[in-house]
Amino acid sequence: MTTTPLLDVRGLSIALPPGADRPLAVDNLTFTLNPDEILCVVGESGSGKSMTAHAMMGLLPAPHVRVAGGSLLFKGKDVLTMPEAEQRALRGGRIAMVFQEPMTALNPLMRVGRQIGESLREHTDLPAPARRARVVELLAQVGLPNPAELAEAYPFRLSGGQRQRVMIAMALACQPDILIADEPTTALDVTTQKQILDLIRSIQAERHMGMMFITHDFGVVAEIAHRVAVMRHGKLVEYGPASDVLNRPQHPYTRQLIASVPHYIEHRDDHAKAGAPLLVADKVRKVFHVGGGLFKKSKEVIAGDDLSLTIHPGETVGLVGESGSGKSTLGRSIVGLIKPDSGRILFEGTDLLSLDRRGFRPYRRAVQMVFQDPYASLNPRHRVGDIVAQGPVAFGEDRAKALTRARELLAMVGLDGSAADRFPHEFSGGQRQRIGIARALAMEPKLLVADEPVSALDVSVQGQVLELLDDIRRRLNLAMLFITHDLRVAAQVCDTIAVMRRGKIVELGTAREVFTHPRDAYTRSLLDAIPGKAWQIPDDLQQVPAGAH
Amino acid sequence: MMMKSDFWRAFARNKGAVLGLVILIAIVVLAVFASVLFPGDPWDMATAPFQPPLSDDALLGSDMLGRDIASGIAHGARVSLLIGLTSTAAALAIGVTLGALAGFHGGKVDDAIMRFTELFQTIPNFVLAVVLVAIFTPSLTTIVAAIAIVSWPPLARLARAEFLSLRTREFVQAAITTGQSNTTIILRQILPNSLSPIIVSASLMVATAILLESSLSFLGLGDPNAMSWGYMIGAARTVIRQAWWMSVFPGLAIVLTVLALNLVGEGLNDALNPKLARSRG
Amino acid sequence: MLGFAQLFASRLVKAAAILIAIVVMNFFLVHAAPGDPAMVMAGEAGAADEKFVTQLREQFGLDRPLYEQLGTYVGKIVQGDLGFSYRQQRPVWDILAERLPATLVLTLTAFILALAAGVALGTLAAVTVGTWADSAITVVALLAYATPIYWIGLMLSLFFSIQLGWLPAFGYETIGAGYTGLAHVADVAVHLILPVITLALFYMASYARLTRASMLEVRSLDFVKTAKAKGLSQSRIVTRHVLRNAILPVITVAGIQAGQLVGGSILIETVFAWPGIGRLAFEAVLQRDYQVLLGIFLVTSIMVILFNILTDILYGLVDPRIQVSQ
Repeated sequence: MTTTPLLDVRGLSIALPPGADRPLAVDNLTFTLNPDEILCVVGESGSGKSMTAHAMMGLLPAPHVRVAGGSLLFKGKDVLTMPEAEQRALRGGRIAMVFQEPMTALNPLMRVGRQIGESLREHTDLPAPARRARVVELLAQVGLPNPAELAEAYPFRLSGGQRQRVMIAMALACQPDILIADEPTTALDVTTQKQILDLIRSIQAERHMGMMFITHDFGVVAEIAHRVAVMRHGKLVEYGPASDVLNRPQHPYTRQLIASVPHYIEHRDDHAKAGAPLLVADKVRKVFHVGGGLFKKSKEVIAGDDLSLTIHPGETVGLVGESGSGKSTLGRSIVGLIKPDSGRILFEGTDLLSLDRRGFRPYRRAVQMVFQDPYASLNPRHRVGDIVAQGPVAFGEDRAKALTRARELLAMVGLDGSAADRFPHEFSGGQRQRIGIARALAMEPKLLVADEPVSALDVSVQGQVLELLDDIRRRLNLAMLFITHDLRVAAQVCDTIAVMRRGKIVELGTAREVFTHPRDAYTRSLLDAIPGKAWQIPDDLQQVPAGAH
Repeated sequence: MMMKSDFWRAFARNKGAVLGLVILIAIVVLAVFASVLFPGDPWDMATAPFQPPLSDDALLGSDMLGRDIASGIAHGARVSLLIGLTSTAAALAIGVTLGALAGFHGGKVDDAIMRFTELFQTIPNFVLAVVLVAIFTPSLTTIVAAIAIVSWPPLARLARAEFLSLRTREFVQAAITTGQSNTTIILRQILPNSLSPIIVSASLMVATAILLESSLSFLGLGDPNAMSWGYMIGAARTVIRQAWWMSVFPGLAIVLTVLALNLVGEGLNDALNPKLARSRG
Repeated sequence: MLGFAQLFASRLVKAAAILIAIVVMNFFLVHAAPGDPAMVMAGEAGAADEKFVTQLREQFGLDRPLYEQLGTYVGKIVQGDLGFSYRQQRPVWDILAERLPATLVLTLTAFILALAAGVALGTLAAVTVGTWADSAITVVALLAYATPIYWIGLMLSLFFSIQLGWLPAFGYETIGAGYTGLAHVADVAVHLILPVITLALFYMASYARLTRASMLEVRSLDFVKTAKAKGLSQSRIVTRHVLRNAILPVITVAGIQAGQLVGGSILIETVFAWPGIGRLAFEAVLQRDYQVLLGIFLVTSIMVILFNILTDILYGLVDPRIQVSQ
């Protein structure tokens, strides 16, 4: 190839402050970005994948983090040695960037149109009326309705997807040569993610930009990448055309990452529902009242309406929905964290909702919960052993006995013996989630409610925790209500799947039915939105699916 | 979990805090040994009136009745520290209890308590303190009570905010689902995690309480039996043209004490909330 | 603008509720005080003549049940009757009305100065963080924080008035000079300088510290990263993106501290013999004139409520979200 690359990164190293877990965030990184291509930079958290982009945009948190060596050539000229004014002309002008969190990336006190106009004001000579016209045009190009009206709105009136479109319009304002997108869809729901990915892909093709797309999700890579760079601990481990990396990965780390991408495989036998159901939810309804005051009526938010499902012993039921669908409502009602307005929740025939505090207490043991955030779900001031033992002690068990049992449980979830004497901050996210599972098991429950138990974890860790949950479920014949936003994750562990939308269950069936013959249009759009669905994970990397016999 | 040695290392990294601690210890020593260093009643005439500083028998000068300023400052330190500590303790008891109840229970309880707190926060607190002490006649008890009554609202708001945010944290919800009682949850799970900001505010409140006490005494609302810094400045006000030292030295004593407490408070903040301290750049 | 009107209306209702609560509190203070309520109202026990005390008893129905007395008391206050000062032989409201303008001028000027100068200094400290300017501002703020305001007042007048003779040490105007028109305004302004600076200093320090901390926090937020990625200049990022967001907590605290500022005027007016309500409070304390003292309590509370409404409006102007979310 003879074309000069748009961007030529040579031996780039970025130093972390002393005392960090490693000296270099980015270690001797070399790659190029050509015009009219999408380069995906893939890695887990802490791989240094965002740092390169930040260095290019002058966003490294000076003075703690700094470039220690190498060069960043934009059209042959080193960005790092340019005078500040010249760098600023590049930023937002020739190189633009879209960030991960659309909810916080816009100034809350400035009208959307003005925020886009600022870029034009800085980098072009357009007079104010022309700028305004251009802003409206840009908003229309990113597919926003009523662009003229929207330009006058404040960010808080826009949804996450709309804000991300605004961010893209802002990045496109000055027709940049390079667009850097730093996990632009990670914070979005799966259907919104699909729309934004489609938009990004079409805009890139139209304008022939060079695009650096940073992501942790190989599904997204399969969706849009031309070329792929895989990073780990600041080093480039694999680099090549997308088809090679996706279908014939060479480096063991790439192979591991691809193998842990959650995916649906025709695997499970349908769950044989034996005997009486363990739990029956019957027309459960919960309405939250938000806001309100002397002069304003409070808004009703229906978190759950007519929610009915059954869980048999040993069965795993998945409750799948996007944010705001009310998927957590039922789980929280079952464990008694919220009180539904109407309906019944029968546990082995007893209606939990009819019980008072004292009457409910015995059932607390039988139903336990695993929480989402491994960093918030453990009290930072208690030793891990105590955290696990606290529940049984509250039910009158002898403390020494409870602690011995806690050690056994910690071993069972794969932590070593000394874990009980340490504090939560000494553990990684995945390990903490194991502790949370041990805490739930200490109560010897019959039903486990797992609320997004892996969504805060890196993919490789996700796989391990899912495996642990499935293993325990089988060994103890536990029933499980598994709440998730990710259909792919649900596909791996669930026998039965309920799809929720706007407080209602729109589809309920065996995992096989839901995946192969979805009946509801919304379920179909969810399945359709799964990134990389057209990509077949290489056969040798298809994991032995959890729960397959 | 913060280890003790970590705490001291973080505290000692803040040079101002160490300086504050040294000053504070000196003032405490002065207060404890006031009767040894300056035997006799500070209200008694010790020398001739209006002696300037560095006189033979009055290091910091004397007032219009020949009372020793240095002795007054030493004895005044007792009153200041005593009132500062007791009124903070009382304000903590009111504020943290109300704030914890509001934050833990939420809903109507929270509404009612917060309305009440808002009322006390709107009232000009110094005016209320003046009215209370004036009507109930000045004494150590009424002064401490008045300061506590006007100082608790910020502590209540702080405790409420902490409890409110901790209550929805997953480890507290886990404590609920594992059947722990409300008392256990409040005392074992929430309170220890909300303590650091409360300790920091309390240390700053001792400083504010000392300022409040001195202001009350300045207006003539001090305990008539206890020598205090504010009283000394108030008495010196009318003769400031003749005897600047009468108001300058007690004033410096207040500044040093309050400054020391503020510095220690900041050091505590750095040591107890390392994340916040770092973000302050 | 409907949202704004709604917000304003709910604030007024809240203010009215707080006022009623304060009136009730006043009533109970009189009754909780040691001794006969009539005597307490009349002033120092024994000093009032029998006829006046009897008249008070009848007027407030002090032999009636407590709740009836409360009704009578609230009714009187609602009609603007704050009682009668036996000491001064005048209605309390008349005495207060005469003193109110001086206090309003003092506190409002100090409030605005503290806010403007505090935010400016805090911003300067934040953009020069780590340099000598930042350290100087931080040290001055720390000192201002630790110094009793009445003592600052005394020291300033000792230096600028007694030593240097630049500014008048006390009073509202030059007595006997008989200035009129602009000369009068200028004369009052000169007298205002020391009291205003003294009163403003503490709050200026407080707002400067807060602005600095808030700016440093906002500076690390995502949308500032967006602004940098747009290639905006440092000054535009600071003024358009950081400062505007950083100022919100400062306004909130200014509203909360308004009460302290108004209370502080008692000390300042005492030091500088400023003929306002604060000075009146000092006199009332000396004379045990509780009727006047309780009147001052009520009036200063109303002032604080007005300051709070002022800061609410200010907040609403800066933050567009407030009109819907409240």
